[in-house]
Amino acid sequence: MSSAPAMLKGVMATRSGKIGVVLVGFHLLLALMSPWLVPYDFAAQTALVDHAGPSLAHWAGLDTLGRDVLTRTMLGGREALLVTIFGTGLAVVWGSFFGVLAGYLGGRIDELIMRSVDIFLAIPWMIFLLLVIASFGNAPIVMILTLGFFYGIGVVRMARAATLEVVVKDYVLAAKARGESPLSIMMTEILPNVRDVLMVESAMRWSWMLLAFSALSFLGFGVTPPTPDWGLMIANSRIYLALAPWPVLMPMIALSSLIIGINLTADALAKSLGVDKTTRALV
Amino acid sequence: MTGSLLSIENLSIGFTGLNDQPIFIVRDVNLTLAAGETLGLVGESGCGKSSLLLAMMGYYKQGLGRLRGGIAYDGQDPGLVSSQQLQALRGGGMALIPQNAGQALTPTLRIKAQMVEVLRLHSDLAPGAWHARCLALFERVKLPDPEEMLERYPHELSGGQQQRVAIAMALAGEPDLLLLDEPTTGLDVTTQVGVLSLLQEICRDLNTAMVYVSHDIQVISQVCNQIAIMYAGEIVEMGPRADLLNQPVHPYTQGLLASIPRLDQQTLPHPIAGEMLQPVHRGSNVGCGYAGRCALATDQCREIAPLAQPIADRWVKCHEVTAARAGEFIRPAQKLLAPNLSDSELLAVEDLSVRYQAPTWLQSLRGQQPPAIVRAVSFGIRKGEIKGLVGESGSGKSTILKTIAGLQPSLSGRITLSGTDDLAGPVESRPRRCLRKVQLVFQNPDASLNPRKTTGEILRRPLELYFDLGPGVMDEEVDALLQRVNLPESYKGRFPGQLSGGEKQRVAIARALAAKPELILCDEITSALDVSVQAAILKLLLDLRADSGVSLLFVSHDLAVVETLCDSVLVLEGGEVREAGSCAEVFKNPQHAYTQALLASVL
Ligand SMILES: Nc1ncnc2c1ncn2[C@@H]1O[C@H](COP(=O)(O)OP(=O)(O)O)[C@@H](O)[C@H]1O
Ligand code: SF4
Ligand SMILES: [Mg+2]
Repeated sequence: MSSAPAMLKGVMATRSGKIGVVLVGFHLLLALMSPWLVPYDFAAQTALVDHAGPSLAHWAGLDTLGRDVLTRTMLGGREALLVTIFGTGLAVVWGSFFGVLAGYLGGRIDELIMRSVDIFLAIPWMIFLLLVIASFGNAPIVMILTLGFFYGIGVVRMARAATLEVVVKDYVLAAKARGESPLSIMMTEILPNVRDVLMVESAMRWSWMLLAFSALSFLGFGVTPPTPDWGLMIANSRIYLALAPWPVLMPMIALSSLIIGINLTADALAKSLGVDKTTRALV
Repeated sequence: MTGSLLSIENLSIGFTGLNDQPIFIVRDVNLTLAAGETLGLVGESGCGKSSLLLAMMGYYKQGLGRLRGGIAYDGQDPGLVSSQQLQALRGGGMALIPQNAGQALTPTLRIKAQMVEVLRLHSDLAPGAWHARCLALFERVKLPDPEEMLERYPHELSGGQQQRVAIAMALAGEPDLLLLDEPTTGLDVTTQVGVLSLLQEICRDLNTAMVYVSHDIQVISQVCNQIAIMYAGEIVEMGPRADLLNQPVHPYTQGLLASIPRLDQQTLPHPIAGEMLQPVHRGSNVGCGYAGRCALATDQCREIAPLAQPIADRWVKCHEVTAARAGEFIRPAQKLLAPNLSDSELLAVEDLSVRYQAPTWLQSLRGQQPPAIVRAVSFGIRKGEIKGLVGESGSGKSTILKTIAGLQPSLSGRITLSGTDDLAGPVESRPRRCLRKVQLVFQNPDASLNPRKTTGEILRRPLELYFDLGPGVMDEEVDALLQRVNLPESYKGRFPGQLSGGEKQRVAIARALAAKPELILCDEITSALDVSVQAAILKLLLDLRADSGVSLLFVSHDLAVVETLCDSVLVLEGGEVREAGSCAEVFKNPQHAYTQALLASVL
């Protein structure tokens, strides 16, 4: 019923939804176009004037190594967005697959899937993540796969809960009585009816994953210098905060505005689709 | 009027829609109620009866409010008094009994604690006297073993007992006015009769006034002396019970009464065309709210709202009272004689037993068995026969249907179709051919149609599954199906959310027909619909049987519906067949005590 344009319209119907969409749209556009927009080379160092404040030449000043902060901020979300967009997509796809499967089939398979989920949830995943990165490096594909895997575990639970609400409906029974295959029932009867919940859920997971990715970069595991990244920028410049606030403030503003934008959009989406966010499973 | 307990003047309830247009849920209602008087408010779902009832307590559902008009209870307007006064009014002066009393009770507290709480709030009794008062109240509502009842939790009571507890709570403050919202809907017929006679007795003995809301005019006429008929937010006719039931005037009242199936009637229930519009679709309708469905509607009706005009002791809102009184617009069809059924048996069920739980390991160790829900049930259905399956809730009716459809494994017994096809196994083990021949229609069309599929997609699916049709033929076939259930072809593109209840059920029936089945299993398929719409669905089923010779197994708790529709009937109690035979025999001359009790509870 709700196609993509209709959903967008629903989100834009509220003021906070509008703000959210504009913020997210702005960041996506910036990520796509920034290589052609930035005033300087991101690695170019302006000698001897490190920590300079904002000036006409450098609107947001320079960082410790004398690099242009505006340039680095504009470029600093690209890898985070690349990794988290694909990571979220992966998490939602595999998580919903197993969640719907567990919810629909029930019995032993449900038991098996859910116990595995419990086990993975018991693992301190930040440490596990660091282990993976230490062994396989931090190439975007490694990050996408590991983040996608960990964030999908919560999706399994959530998709299963949503499926359990749908499987008891008579139209699922009618499909069984008709002789539909389980695959067809899951694809045409269940999935379209849990899609709304999944959409809202993916938006929320995206913002959490962005935070996690930035935290990793902050710790020095996310991206390799000198590639600009918000988390890394904050980490590198934070000790000089009192001396030169801009190299810290700029990436902070960028990251928070994106996360706020995603959350506002998700809230508006939940409202317009009538998904009650409070009933969703936690984590 | 002097001495009136409750009076309502020109009351309109609603909300402000888009473009600041008022949307009316209740419109220009006038009524007065004297002390000790009983008024029944009758109307279809969505006509505004519950909103009106709640407004009498000064309560409005979320988003609704009073648009204009006044309410006076004992001279006070519940909308204007302070919240303390309102609190006192709600507990002491008037008391509400909601539909799902069982759900309104707190599940984690014993009944006693909940009764005491009510007494603390709404009576002046000293704590020492509470226990005795509880017992007295329970005796008043005829709960067996009051002492023990007080110690129980709500789930340890039956639905009828929960309803009695709710009534006892309402009586705790010795109210002058009882407000009841469908208090017996959802109860079994035999239980319902008990609760209704209790209410009658209470009003008589305690001189309590009562406003009773229900969709069922037969229930109302058991309890109320005055009846008000509501349609699309307005009271269209109001007067003494006997006048309204015997000589209804308003075209809607007449239509409503004519659409009710009754035992021992030679005619079929007469449907009212169309369905009531929901408030947002009524818009700023200036004319008569019933004009869209009324056989007597004129241009005047569509342009000018009729005013209430008195006729003897009642009043009616209609422009065409003279024509309406002539009553010629309702000509119920004669009941068709059952077609000569061939002797060939379509479905044979022999010795069927079903249980839900497998024995636990402890039980199997001791050689015990969990109880079967359906026990040794045998019956047959002939080609073209409509067989009714009646019994109270939990008697196993739905279980039998699910087992025949292969959705529930059987414990023992045999089910055969056309003498050859074995239907004992689950759906997965049945060949397509067998699946096609048996189709299922469910009670609640809201749950049985996938909200994400259009009507066209819903009807196309069984065609794809069971037949090898080209795309052109497929579209024609879908159109033909819609036509057979009297829906316009343009409905193909609609989603279930865009259809009314009756239309959804037609789509569900069309989906069953798409398979060209030999047997359709119908589980209470009209009980979620309004009576005026139910009559049309019953007629549709009879037409379909006449056209295609399909057999139906029709589950219902409503004996009058079964008598209207079915050729033969099976009476089920606690999973066992109590009586079986042709409708004529069983209903005229019931042999089993349980059948007799069921028939005695028909209002
Ligand atoms: N899935 C189920 N699991 C366990 N018990 C059930 C299930 N469905 C129904 N029952 C029980 O089986 C009995 C018969 O139910 P049902 O066939 O639905 O009766 P009816 O349709 O006559 O109301 C009831 O006591 C009900 O609680
Ligand atoms: S006013 Fe007209 S449309 Fe309304 S009920 Fe009377 S005859 Fe029918
Ligand atoms: Mg049932």
